[in-house]
Amino acid sequence: MKLEVGYINITDIQFGNECKVAGGTLHVNQDCLKELILSDARIAEVSFDIARPGESVRITPVKDVIEPRTKVGTDEMGIFPGILNKVKTVGMGRTHVLKGAAVVTCGQIVGFQEGIIDMSGPGADYTPFSATNNLVVLFTPKADIQPHDYEQALRMAGLKVAAFLGDLGKEVTPDVVETYETLPILEQKAKYPDLPRIGYVQMLQTQGLLHDTYVYGVDMKESLTTMINPTEVMDGAIISGNCVSACDKNTTYHHQNNPVIADMFEENGKSLIFAGMIITNENVFLMDKERSSDWTAKLCKMMGFDGVVITQEGFGNPDTDLMMNCKKVEDVGVPTVIVTDEYAGRDGTSQSLADVDAAANAVVTGGNANEVITLPKMDKVIGTLQYVDVIAGGFENNTQPDGSIVVELQAIIGATNELGFNKMSAR
Amino acid sequence: MKEIERAGIAVVHVCTITPISMTVGANRIVPAIAIPYPLGDPKKDAGAEVTLRREIMDKALSALATPVSEQTIFE
Amino acid sequence: MIKIVHYINQFYAGVGGEEKADIGPHMQEGAMGPGAALKAAFGGDAEITHTIYCGDSYYAENTEKASAEILEMIQKVKPDVFIAGPAFNAGRYGLACGSISKIVQEKLEIPVVTGMYQENPGAEMYKDSIYIIATKDSAAGMRDAAPKLAKLALKLAKGEKIGASIEEGYMPGKARVNFFEEKRGSRRAVEMLLAKISGKPFVTEFPMPDFDRVAPAAAIDVKTARFAIVTSGGIVPKGNPDRIESSSASKYGEYAYADVNADPSTVYETAHGGYDPVYANQNGYRVLPYDTLLNYEKEGKIGSIHGKYYTTVGNGTAVKDSAKFGQEIAEKLLADGVNAVILTST
Repeated sequence: MKLEVGYINITDIQFGNECKVAGGTLHVNQDCLKELILSDARIAEVSFDIARPGESVRITPVKDVIEPRTKVGTDEMGIFPGILNKVKTVGMGRTHVLKGAAVVTCGQIVGFQEGIIDMSGPGADYTPFSATNNLVVLFTPKADIQPHDYEQALRMAGLKVAAFLGDLGKEVTPDVVETYETLPILEQKAKYPDLPRIGYVQMLQTQGLLHDTYVYGVDMKESLTTMINPTEVMDGAIISGNCVSACDKNTTYHHQNNPVIADMFEENGKSLIFAGMIITNENVFLMDKERSSDWTAKLCKMMGFDGVVITQEGFGNPDTDLMMNCKKVEDVGVPTVIVTDEYAGRDGTSQSLADVDAAANAVVTGGNANEVITLPKMDKVIGTLQYVDVIAGGFENNTQPDGSIVVELQAIIGATNELGFNKMSAR
Repeated sequence: MKEIERAGIAVVHVCTITPISMTVGANRIVPAIAIPYPLGDPKKDAGAEVTLRREIMDKALSALATPVSEQTIFE
Repeated sequence: MIKIVHYINQFYAGVGGEEKADIGPHMQEGAMGPGAALKAAFGGDAEITHTIYCGDSYYAENTEKASAEILEMIQKVKPDVFIAGPAFNAGRYGLACGSISKIVQEKLEIPVVTGMYQENPGAEMYKDSIYIIATKDSAAGMRDAAPKLAKLALKLAKGEKIGASIEEGYMPGKARVNFFEEKRGSRRAVEMLLAKISGKPFVTEFPMPDFDRVAPAAAIDVKTARFAIVTSGGIVPKGNPDRIESSSASKYGEYAYADVNADPSTVYETAHGGYDPVYANQNGYRVLPYDTLLNYEKEGKIGSIHGKYYTTVGNGTAVKDSAKFGQEIAEKLLADGVNAVILTST
């Protein structure tokens, strides 16, 4: 399967009368977007704001971040298949990306686990979204709406906005075009007989409200472990419906730009063959954990992988899924590297993981999520600071007299990402 | 949990993810239903749910009454 | 000026070798032996005001007495930092450096740093408690070790943030500290995997730990036992009066049970942020099985029930904090004669 991706560099977002991409600037007419969003009766009000890299701006509580993308030259395939567009296998043909732009959904808190994005200052170093031009969509839900419904309404609205903006890039000539291809198994070995065939196992958070992930519209907790083509993921086949702690949830943007996929493609044909990708879940029943990890190991064996990278999402009981996957895959003779993060306490002296296994002898860590950071007051807040004490990673009275707030890194979107999106680690 | 047991009080750990319980060192472990509802099941009617809870708690009581020399899961 | 007390053994003090290993501790003003290299590394930022030296055998055979004598000497001088060694690969010297450093840190609350070779038995024993700079296996490594010891000592004296072990050069174990790598995690994972499958050396970023174990408590007679319920599922009275955090809880709650005849959704909720809260909010007894326990008591199936339950959020909450909560809860339970605990987790 082969996908051509055209990256259109976006260096600014501006509000105006038109919706268009011109000269690296994304122009947005707020009324068009409003109409799009308010077609959902569950949303009472919506407003928009722009946050640019380096500005003294704090966005909170953030739910999801989404990159505008679109399929080009096809009426069949659409971005976010099975969710926003009809079910049709994606990951082929051509995709255009508004690189450097992101849609950030924000608004009244649903659960505990929404997060913070700082566009400048010390907090900006920990989130990748301090480096993107962000169109922030601020929602007010209808009164008396149920949490499940509210979450779903926001999720859909965010995807709609991202797809709408992505479509503006259909006719634009990209700055860079890259091609990504995964060959059928037999052809892989024929083409690169001396290279190891490496697989990728992605664990998806699937623990219920605010902890779900959707694949082609399927709630992944209802699925057996399965296989997917990496290029499908680039076209929005996997979307986030979850707010596990802000630091180690994979936003939809993270899925669209999965760094393991990117780095494996980078090495494809050089030091390895990127031979395939498995997706599995992290459910709340022990039986599900056993079954899903059994299937992970079985598929790794069937695919004849010479090694796999396994990435986690979230923490706590998913540490058990991670250890089961690692141990069972090692047991069928396939070497593993796992990517996780740590909850080692604010002073770093506590046990980092809820579950461990001796088989996990090659670990990459995204750092200690409990480490505390002081985020200085920003000139402008998009959203509200009302929840910074109750979101995961916040605590009572964490706002200082000078307006700064003290939080664990846990509260910052993407800070300890377990796909390996960041450079942070811990020792 | 371990601190309570260290003080000489018998503890039974009722939890869904028994592997974590094994890893962290609980000695008497009784498996529960699911993470969001360890001692219940929203799909059952109220009466059946109370019965289910009682079944798990019966196991917990018998676990506490059983001498153990190593980590034990009371299925 | 930052004041430093330096601890060395009889050999490095120039007193003598094995034949003098049984001498007791002495303190002398100024730097001695390897202190000269440290002094150079400090530039003018710190001063070794005193050096304490002690025979390795004396320390090993009279640890309690020797450490008490040394503490007394240090207390008189009140240094800002205590440095021991480095001991390189000298086993008894390494154990002495580790032991006295740990004692100084705990009893005098003065920051400490020592140094030794990674295979020195003192390293394994003390690296989880104190900062130990990793050195070469012989005194030839002093040239490398002195600047690292000095840099860490100065940071400790000034109360500056201590970086990760890999940045500062101390042995991993004492604390996990974040830092920024040159490459992102996914790239590191791919490279680690390629090394692993081709049999090349690689270094895991997180070595698997051992969890400690507690001997099982004796079985109880259920009919006479006094029960309590403890939960990590975050069940709190409606409104979460103590505002227990949804994650990384810094406290636990101690609450009286609500009337079992009340609709549970009106009296309980969960503060836990790690699982779908809908079901526990509807009916807290799905996590806190007090209704069942109360029936047991009425039926005479169990002895009695402690009047309060204990609750915290086991979501990203540090094990060390949980241990502290556990100790406090255990004291309260013991005081009320509780001998059986139902602990529920989500």
